[in-house]
Amino acid sequence: MYGEFKLEMPQQLDEALALIAEDPAEVLSGGTNLMIELRARKLRPEQVVSLDALSELRGIEVDGNRITLGARTTISDILRCDDMAEFGPSLLDAANLFAGQMVRNMGTVGGNIACSSPAADLVPPLMSLDAEITLVSSKGTRKVALCDYYLSYKKDVRAPSEMITSVSWKKLAKNSSNSFYKLARRIGDAITVTGVAVTLTMDGDRCTTARIALGAVAPTVFRATNAEKILEGQILTDDLITTAAQQAKAQSSPISDVRASAEYRLHTVGKLTHRLLTQARDKLV
Amino acid sequence: MKNSKEIILKINGRNEKITVPSHRTLLEALRETGHVEVKCGCEKGDCGACAVLVDNVAIDSCLTLAWTSEGKEITTISGLGTPDEPHPLQAAFRDLGAAQCGFCTPGMIIAAQGVINDNPAPTDDEIRMGLSGNLCRCTGYAKILDAVGHAASEMRKNGEPS
Ligand SMILES: Cc1cc2nc3c(=O)[nH]c(=O)nc-3n(C[C@H](O)[C@H](O)[C@H](O)COP(=O)(O)OP(=O)(O)OC[C@H]3O[C@@H](n4cnc5c(N)ncnc54)[C@H](O)[C@@H]3O)c2cc1C
Ligand code: FES
Ligand code: FES
Repeated sequence: MYGEFKLEMPQQLDEALALIAEDPAEVLSGGTNLMIELRARKLRPEQVVSLDALSELRGIEVDGNRITLGARTTISDILRCDDMAEFGPSLLDAANLFAGQMVRNMGTVGGNIACSSPAADLVPPLMSLDAEITLVSSKGTRKVALCDYYLSYKKDVRAPSEMITSVSWKKLAKNSSNSFYKLARRIGDAITVTGVAVTLTMDGDRCTTARIALGAVAPTVFRATNAEKILEGQILTDDLITTAAQQAKAQSSPISDVRASAEYRLHTVGKLTHRLLTQARDKLV
Repeated sequence: MKNSKEIILKINGRNEKITVPSHRTLLEALRETGHVEVKCGCEKGDCGACAVLVDNVAIDSCLTLAWTSEGKEITTISGLGTPDEPHPLQAAFRDLGAAQCGFCTPGMIIAAQGVINDNPAPTDDEIRMGLSGNLCRCTGYAKILDAVGHAASEMRKNGEPS
């Protein structure tokens, strides 16, 4: 069914990095995106490097104030983590509505980030948590803020010789609320039409930090920074939230496709941003 | 074919040798070795007909490469029970009318077992969530949900380790 390729199954990360440094290769993590692209012959790699044996890349670690997910951590691993409701409520929201059981058992965080799809559901939550990813090649390591990772539709800053090894973020500050809303045609196993992730941190009735990350309404997931600026340092009145939601809408540039029209996406991104901001404020104030 | 090699797959407790190229999926390899109880539906992760347990976790075999499945425990529906000694899930599907044409049933039961492995007492919503990657064109799902709920409670009563 698939075109032929050389399949490498390195046992060590170093070995994997050497392989992708030498020859062009597709990295195979859970395979829930890549296998479909190989089958559709959208990609015809000479070499596929499976990360299956690299268990060191899988797991959830907490070090003081920081939470780190290895790139091979699956969606099901997120759901099984007892503390995720505290660490990343929005990420848990996204994992709960992600695909079906088998894809959740296979699909990984690294694959979700690396596929650079505007509809990748873990990305708005991770961006709303100010997550940072670690990119490693045989030459060294660098960290990139997730909000700076994507360049344009399916384009990102990762070099072919680099691999994502982990994603991490700081625990939520006190008086914060963080959530994600996935709008899709149905609840189970559906691709996102509009995705909104919000984090608000309050000091009394004043907002100190606002994060709004939007999915499936532009060529990449992105932060509605204009809307965030409107909220930060302010008392969150209904009017201010309405203005911020309008800004989020203004920063979006959706397309029409089989799932929804651009007009519907614009309408819903405004409504959902408004709803999530209001809910977060009402919870905290 | 270039890039072919002999691998050993442990299927339902038995080691089976097969020579396959690197791009062969686990689904194709299983059916080639006679395990046609594993169904081929969409081949893109949408239908769940090809689900098998790998080390007790349900996965879509159409999205898995055969080579990377070496050294793992693969369980198909035939590994759960037989007509003479059906698994509680198989008995419940039979007795409660949860199978009509039966095409989705192997994947459905494997997914249900995956849910129960994680959580021996799943709620209706948890069962729904666990089966949302499996399509059935016949039953309308209600009887499937009943059968899984029933089997889970039978398994708890019998104290099956799952
Ligand atoms: C039926 C179905 C339903 C789905 N539902 C959803 C959904 O609800 N929400 C959603 O967001 N997605 C969904 N997806 C898409 C997919 O499951 C996810 O994007 C998943 O997280 C991909 O992870 P993976 O490990 O399977 O990636 P793979 O397919 O293994 O890889 C995807 C891409 O990322 C690259 N890559 C993988 N890991 C790394 C790494 N560590 N470093 C560098 N590059 C890497 C690969 O080379 C490849 O190009 C669905 C897919 C299917 C088939
Ligand atoms: S054949 Fe594998 S999910 Fe449909
Ligand atoms: S019984 Fe026919 S597809 Fe489910």
